[in-house]
Formats: sequence, structure tokens, C-alpha cells
Amino acid sequence: MDKLWLIIKREYLNKVRNRTFIIMTFVSPLIFIGVALLIGWLTSINSDTSRKIAILDQTEDSYISLFDSNKRNEYIKLNGISKEAAITASKEADYYGLILIEAQKGQLANLSFYSDDSPSQGFLQSIEDKINKEATVNNLKDAGIDINEINRRKVTKEIQIQNFTGEKTSKMSGWVKIAAGGIAGYLLMMFIIIYGNMVMRSVIEEKTNRIIEIIVSSVKPIYLMIGKITGTSLAGITQFIIWVIVGFILMIVATTFFGVDAFSTPANADMLAQAQDPNKFQLITNDIAQLPILKILICFFIYFMGGYFLYASIYTAIGAAVDNETDTQQFMLPVILPLMLAIYVGFFSVMDNPHGTVAVIFSYIPLTSPIVMLMRIPFGEIAWWEIALSMLLLYISIIGVAMLAAKIYRIGILMYGKKTNWKELYKWLRY
Amino acid sequence: MVNALEAIHIKKVYGDYTALNDVSISVPKGSVYGLLGPNGAGKTSLIRIINQITMPDEGKILLNGEQLKPNHIEDIGYMPEERGLYKSMKVGEQCIYLARLKGLSRAEAKDRLTYWFDRLGIEGWWNKKLEELSKGMAQKVQFIVTVMHEPSLLIFDEPFSGFDPVNANLIKDEILKLRDDGATIIFSTHRMESVEEMCDHIALINKSNLVLQGKLSDVKQRYRDRKYAVSLICQNNDMAFQQIPIEFNAQPIVLSGLDNTLDVQIQIPTHIDVPSALNRLTQLGELTHFSEVIPSVNDIFIQTVQHNG
Repeated sequence: MDKLWLIIKREYLNKVRNRTFIIMTFVSPLIFIGVALLIGWLTSINSDTSRKIAILDQTEDSYISLFDSNKRNEYIKLNGISKEAAITASKEADYYGLILIEAQKGQLANLSFYSDDSPSQGFLQSIEDKINKEATVNNLKDAGIDINEINRRKVTKEIQIQNFTGEKTSKMSGWVKIAAGGIAGYLLMMFIIIYGNMVMRSVIEEKTNRIIEIIVSSVKPIYLMIGKITGTSLAGITQFIIWVIVGFILMIVATTFFGVDAFSTPANADMLAQAQDPNKFQLITNDIAQLPILKILICFFIYFMGGYFLYASIYTAIGAAVDNETDTQQFMLPVILPLMLAIYVGFFSVMDNPHGTVAVIFSYIPLTSPIVMLMRIPFGEIAWWEIALSMLLLYISIIGVAMLAAKIYRIGILMYGKKTNWKELYKWLRY
Repeated sequence: MVNALEAIHIKKVYGDYTALNDVSISVPKGSVYGLLGPNGAGKTSLIRIINQITMPDEGKILLNGEQLKPNHIEDIGYMPEERGLYKSMKVGEQCIYLARLKGLSRAEAKDRLTYWFDRLGIEGWWNKKLEELSKGMAQKVQFIVTVMHEPSLLIFDEPFSGFDPVNANLIKDEILKLRDDGATIIFSTHRMESVEEMCDHIALINKSNLVLQGKLSDVKQRYRDRKYAVSLICQNNDMAFQQIPIEFNAQPIVLSGLDNTLDVQIQIPTHIDVPSALNRLTQLGELTHFSEVIPSVNDIFIQTVQHNG
């Protein structure tokens, strides 16, 4: 046990003191924040430049008055020229586009937008809405119907979502759950890939340095393997914690000093707008509070450790089987494939129906269960025995996989200069 | 007297390849034991079994009369043929780590390492990273790592490969000193001249089988085959040229110098005793040199391997 502790300590210190590791630890959050700031800044300039848009209205109802220039769009009103002349003029003046309102017998007949650019859906929608609304009002007026009367009698009720115990949720509730599960699952996948690779590299390093034979003449290979996986995972957790802390500090600094809210890109401006509505904001906070937080955290920890150890064992075996990193390619598929599958099942199947057959099956298969089950848990209503069974299967298979990996490891670390393939690995398992 | 190490009927099979087939060796205490054999004969497999890196399929190993146990690794020092240390780790830190894996406390390790670093003249390199060291320097560190926990059994796999002659000599002297201090040494090598110089016992493994074992002098005794080196000054060259090959199964005769000296290696047939042979030779010319050719380890090695091959 003393020796295992020595190995864990060495592996940990070796990782943590490594120059690349230190640089990555402190530079990554800076890069992340930098990119976020850059995006925020770019979007803010993007919306600052105004576009010139020409309008030609051939109807008798002056729809043209609906378009007032603002910061983003400057409207140039054309009058008394033909369609062709308007198109040529807009083109020559290098306008962003031309809104053409064509008429038949003085009434609105056709609506077109000319542009060499591809205007956004939202922009086109707003043009349509403005004109259609006005045209409808005009039509109703012509038919002698009072528009105010219609408006008064129009019913606009929003659906209220509650569960059977009467807790109110917002329409955003699904999104909150998806976000909670998605972040957990994605984090686990990243952790497995980054630190699994690190374990693998360190196994290869010991092999190419030829120190391995000296170490295994002092300790059992299995100790070295466990020590390596544990030491690396501790280094990984250290890095994650530093990232979270540094990221948090930088985010505060960035928002206070630069006044840029990195998250308020136009893409989620709508969501933010909804969230800023005090009532809805209240509901979203409720949603988050209603998540089974403790359950999620406990399960996250158990699946996180389980998933990492399962995959790290496989990475160790791969590292032992090859002589250098380039040879690892052929063995990577069985590692990456289940991870990808888990993420896809998580994002498509679980989000669609958290209790559907596919989602349930994949939350039992050990290679995918850590990610898929983590994504299912926020949706609730998973019986405790389901989670217990899935964890049991996971931890049993960790023991099995670790034993197989140890077998390959024990033989592989002492094999030099031999190109290993699947057949060879199978042979090793039978030694 | 109890042997320092005894391997009894060791068998090791990898898949359908037999690496060791019923190999038994006895290494006397305080000896320098040469483990010889061509590449792929099974030497490294045997050494790895002694170090408990792999387990034998059959047979057992006794260390100082006791069945091999996990904590025995603290009493064995092993320098593998494939040398290596952590490249990016500091020399001192690395040595302490390896010493502690062998069961030494930090303080003990530090004391002994200081002694050895001084002794081999690398005391200034404690805080350097291994990758900054020259190859010879790294080899010294490797040697220290092997011996620092003062094991009673030391195993060197090709210890001199990679050393320049000066350092090879230094290491040779250190190994012999360790033997004088009571350690037993197993020595696996292809370099026959170092075997001749250092080993008092040898074992020869060929194609997974033990083909020869014993005290070096006994083995040589066994391999004496009545060969003698002879120098004759002849009056009648033609007769000597004719008669010696016929009567003594001689190697091609070489005529050296202007004084008609014949240098030849002869093998005396079993039906003739040595004095009669001497008599016969004096009849053929003036005998100036007559000595027995003792087989070298190299000869024995090649002869045995070819015979078994």
C-alpha cells in the first residue's frame, strides 16, 4: 500500500509540475474568456453598422410610412419610378436590398425583397408582419369592421405548465433539464478523453524510456497501473478546479471592467429577454431549484469516477500495447465510438423521451451508462433500483475490464519493437 | 552450503512458444555466475522470473533456501538490458523514488545515494534532469539505482553495453567489490572475454534448454580435448609437413620466419599418451614450444551452440 501511495504521488506531481500542464491550466481559461469576449465584441460591432434598404411602394396605401429608419436599418424611400429603375438604382447605390410592394388596381398584390445578400429569416418576417398587419387593418376597414372591437374580443391565454403535485414550471423547464444533463454528460466525456489520453501517454513514455522493467522489478504492474490512473485523475481534478475558479474570477473581472456581457449574443437574446421577464425568471429559478440537485451531484460523482476508471483502464491497455503514440490509432475506435454514441443517444434520444427504450437500454450498458444516465437523471422519475442496477453493472464491468487491461498491460509493457494488432492482444489475454 | 539462488525445473510457455524448458540452475553464494546463451535463448525470461516480473508455469525459485516471496524483491538488484530512467525527472529525486519502491526510507535512501554519487564522481548532478546527462553518466546512475538498496543478489543483464572502456572497467571493479562484500552476482552477457575475466561459474542456455552448467574451471576441464600448440624447427620440412597432419590431426601448418619454424596446433589421438607424442615430435625436429590449448569460454560457447543447433 505504501508503494501504491508512492506511485500515486509521483504520477500526480509529475503531471502537475509538467510545464505544458501548468500552461494549459492557466492559459485555457484565458483563451476561453478571450474567445467569449471576442465574440461579444464582434457581435456588438456587427449590429452597429447600419444597412441601407430601398423601398418602392406602388400601392395607394402608403405602406412606406411603416418603415422608420433605425440604428440598424436605414430606409430610403423611392417614389414614382418603375420596378426596373428601382432595381438598377438600388444596385448602383450598393444598397443592402430593395423592398418592392407591387400593386394591382392600387391594392397590395405582391411583396418582394431584392438582395445579393441572404437576409435573415427574422428580418424578412418583420417586413411581412408589418405590411400584412397594416393590409389586414385596411381590408377590415374597407369591409366596415371595427378593428378595435376585434382586438378587444381576441383571446390570448398562455398555457400554464404544472406537474400533478401542483408545482408550477415554465416552458423553459425542459431546457433547464437538458442543460443540466447535457453539461454533466459532456463534462464527463471531455474528462475521459483528456485524462485518458494523458494516462495512455504516460504508459507509452515509461515504455519508450525503458524504465518500466526497473519499476516492475520493484512493484507489481497492477499497482503501477492503478497508481497511474489515480494519480492522473487527481491531477485532472486539480486542473478542473483551477479552471472553474480562474474562469469564475476572470468572468467577473471581464464583465466589470469591459462591460461586455459575453453571454448576451443575439442568438440567445430571445431567451434572455424571456428570462428577464420577472415572472418567467422566477419560474426558471424554480425549475433549477426543483432539479434533484443532491441526487444529481451524488450520481455525477459515482458515474464520473466509474466512467473515468473504466475508460482509463482501456487507455492503459492501449498504451501498453503500442510502442509510440502514432500506433494507437487502430485501437482508438472502441474508445471513441461508445463515447460518441453515448453523447448522441443523450442529446437525441434522451432529450426526446428520457424514458424511451433506447435511452433506458443505453443507460444500462456500462460503456455508455455514465453519460446517458447522467443525462436522464435531471428529468426525474427514474426508480432508485434502475440507477442502482446501472451503477452495479458499471462497477462490475470496471473490475472485469481492469483485470483484462492489467493482463494486457503486464505483457505489453515488456514487449518492444513489435507491431501489435487485435489478434496479438487476444493471444496475450490467454497467456 | 545454501545456494544464493536455486531455480528448479523452471518452465515458461508463451502461447505456443516455449521460452524455458525445464531449466534448473544453482548459483552458489558469493559467486559471479555467468548466464550465457545466444539471443532469444531464454536468459531474459529466466531473469524476469527471478525478479517476479513474470511467473513460471512450472517449477520454483529458492532465494537463500526460501521459496521466492513478494518481499524478496527488496533483496534483489536488477539492471535490465534495456536501460532506462525517467527522462524529465531530476536525478536525485528519481533515485530516491526508486529506492523507496525498493523499501528504503527517504533518509536511508538519501544517505546511500550521497555515498554512491560521491564514489562514482557524479555528486554535482543531483538536481539535473536525466535528459541533461551524457550516456555514460546516465549509466552510472542506472548502476547506483541497481545496487543502492544493498541486495544480496545482483542481476546484471549485459552490464557493459553502452559503457566506454574506462567506465566499463570502473563498473567491473565495483561489481567485484560488491562480490567481495558478500553479494552474489548473476551476469548475463554475450561478451565472452568479460565472462573469462569475472565469472567463476557459468550456465549456458540454448533454445530454451540448459545445456551446460558448472564451475568455470570444471567446465573447461570437461572441454579439454587433447589439443596442443607446438613449435618445431625442422631439418626436413617435407617429412614434417607430411607426417604431422597424418599422425596428429593437425590444423593447416604455417611456416614462419626464415629459421624453418613450424607453428601448428595438434590434437593427440587417444591411443597415444602425451610423452610418446612428445617423443615422436622431437624426432621430426627441434621442439621449441609445447603447451596445452585450454578451450576458451568462447570456444565452448560456439561448440556447444553449434552442437545443439
